[in-house]
Amino acid sequence: MIPFLFFVAAAATLAGGLGVVLARNPVHSALFLVMTLVSVAVLFLIQDAELVAAVQVIVYASAIVVLFLFVIMLLGVDRQESMRDRIPYQRPAAIALGVILLAQLLWLAGHEWVTGQETASGVPIEGGGFGGNVERVARVLFTDYMWAFEITAVLLVIAVVGAVVLARRSGQKGEPVDDVDEAATEGVDA
Amino acid sequence: MSPILGADPLFSDGIDTTVVLIVIVKTIIVFAILLVAVMFYVWFMRKVIADMQNRIGPQKAGPFGAFQTLADGIKLFFKEQSSPTSADPPVFKLAPYLAIIPAFLAFAIVPIGGVVTVAGHETYLQLADPGIGVLWLLMMSGIGLYGVMLAGWASGSKYPLLGSVRASAQLLSYEAALGLAIVGVLVHTGSLSTRTIVDQQAWDGVGSAFSQWYWLPAIGAFVIFCISAIAETNHPPFDLVEAEQELVGGFHTEYTGIRFAIFFLAEFMNVITMSAIAVTLFLGGPSGPALGFLSADSWVNVWVMPVFWFTLKVLVLLYATVWVRATLPRLRYDQLMSLGWKYLIELAFLWAMISAVVVVGADQGWNRWVVVPSAIFGAGIILAVLWACIPRRGESVEEIR
Repeated sequence: MIPFLFFVAAAATLAGGLGVVLARNPVHSALFLVMTLVSVAVLFLIQDAELVAAVQVIVYASAIVVLFLFVIMLLGVDRQESMRDRIPYQRPAAIALGVILLAQLLWLAGHEWVTGQETASGVPIEGGGFGGNVERVARVLFTDYMWAFEITAVLLVIAVVGAVVLARRSGQKGEPVDDVDEAATEGVDA
Repeated sequence: MSPILGADPLFSDGIDTTVVLIVIVKTIIVFAILLVAVMFYVWFMRKVIADMQNRIGPQKAGPFGAFQTLADGIKLFFKEQSSPTSADPPVFKLAPYLAIIPAFLAFAIVPIGGVVTVAGHETYLQLADPGIGVLWLLMMSGIGLYGVMLAGWASGSKYPLLGSVRASAQLLSYEAALGLAIVGVLVHTGSLSTRTIVDQQAWDGVGSAFSQWYWLPAIGAFVIFCISAIAETNHPPFDLVEAEQELVGGFHTEYTGIRFAIFFLAEFMNVITMSAIAVTLFLGGPSGPALGFLSADSWVNVWVMPVFWFTLKVLVLLYATVWVRATLPRLRYDQLMSLGWKYLIELAFLWAMISAVVVVGADQGWNRWVVVPSAIFGAGIILAVLWACIPRRGESVEEIR
């Protein structure tokens, strides 16, 4: 049952990823992105990481892609994007980096870090065996990683304030700039 | 499979054919209950509103018009389906299902009754009890948003698009308030699992309805939850999504026949699910007095009474939503946004802070009569500071340079 679920979810993830790249319509691309994100959430569930799965769906599959769609709808999807590159070396650089990423993934796939064998760092989390997924994550987050957690929160507040400042400034000078919404979206994403 | 189905004792002895069959039967029962509940809720709503407006309401189909919704459903099923030439066909067809499937799935975590024994297996009267519990509700309402949003976009028509842009902004805003209101009660429960939350609110005399059920200890969260749940389900007075005077019919203007019926079904199903979740979180779920003259193990007390109390509480909340629907005029769009972002979210945050102080105080055994007023006083100071920061009407906002 678990291998079957894994193959279905993995196939859906890949199909969604291909769809994002190949779809002509940006709204269809966004929908394929949702498909990928939800399938990844299923993969998390198979790994018993239910909290990560829930956060994946609540934050990524609903909130962030909805904001993407919101921006796409407000800007109008009928506009044709020019396929000519403004930066001439962008395409070869992207291909080179893609090949490097693929090589890294293939190397990692055979590595213990992915296959889940015992490693020196594979010690169970402090307080293991106590409570479920949510309790354990909360305990670690509010004890060992408190500082990083709070810094992330401050970062998000700065991003939101920055987006508001940008929106106000451009709004006062006349037409609002389209990129403002995208800046806000990226702030949430970070 | 265990993480999503959760801590149900059904799975403690391993999974065999009987267990799988029990899960399938439970799934079908939940599906059927929801369909029938929507059918009667629509009839109930029309009858109650008719009474409040001195009308008679549906009366021809069946006794007291009870089969009116069924007749409407059959009619819609056989009507022609049309789609505009400017529509995006695959997304146009997909959108109703994106609305209805999450509406069904969200109900899976609601505990309808207590622990029962079926074919030698102990099981909860609820479809699933995942460890992430109420987060499941937020997941499903997040996915359900796509149905509304894509329906409007895929119609390829102006009013549906405007309706769906409104809808997505409204649902996103109030999802934040809804989640924070749930935080306000989770501080008390200390668990996300709906079954654990219901067990904590077990019936123990009339006093327990005030001290054990979370509606009074988490009264702030309860009020904010109710308001944002009504907004999240696009129920009046928050039905700007389909404001007839401005938007024809909102996102489902171009939908006809069974596809329109599916949107309709999903909307009312969400109302029922939200009421059931409110009962679970705040009103003790299926807990209530058992029949004293029967033994605690008799089938009436095990099967019937919890389901009876659960249904009764859900009906009370549903009546309240109908009452609100019949009474309040629709909000303006800016009022909607300012209520959500300027008031509900802040109040929910403050409530979570107060609750945290009170819960820690109870844990440490501090004097309750000192802790509670000082927590409220501290929250009041924060509220006053926030209030001073909100620009008044007519007051110009300082330019940011």
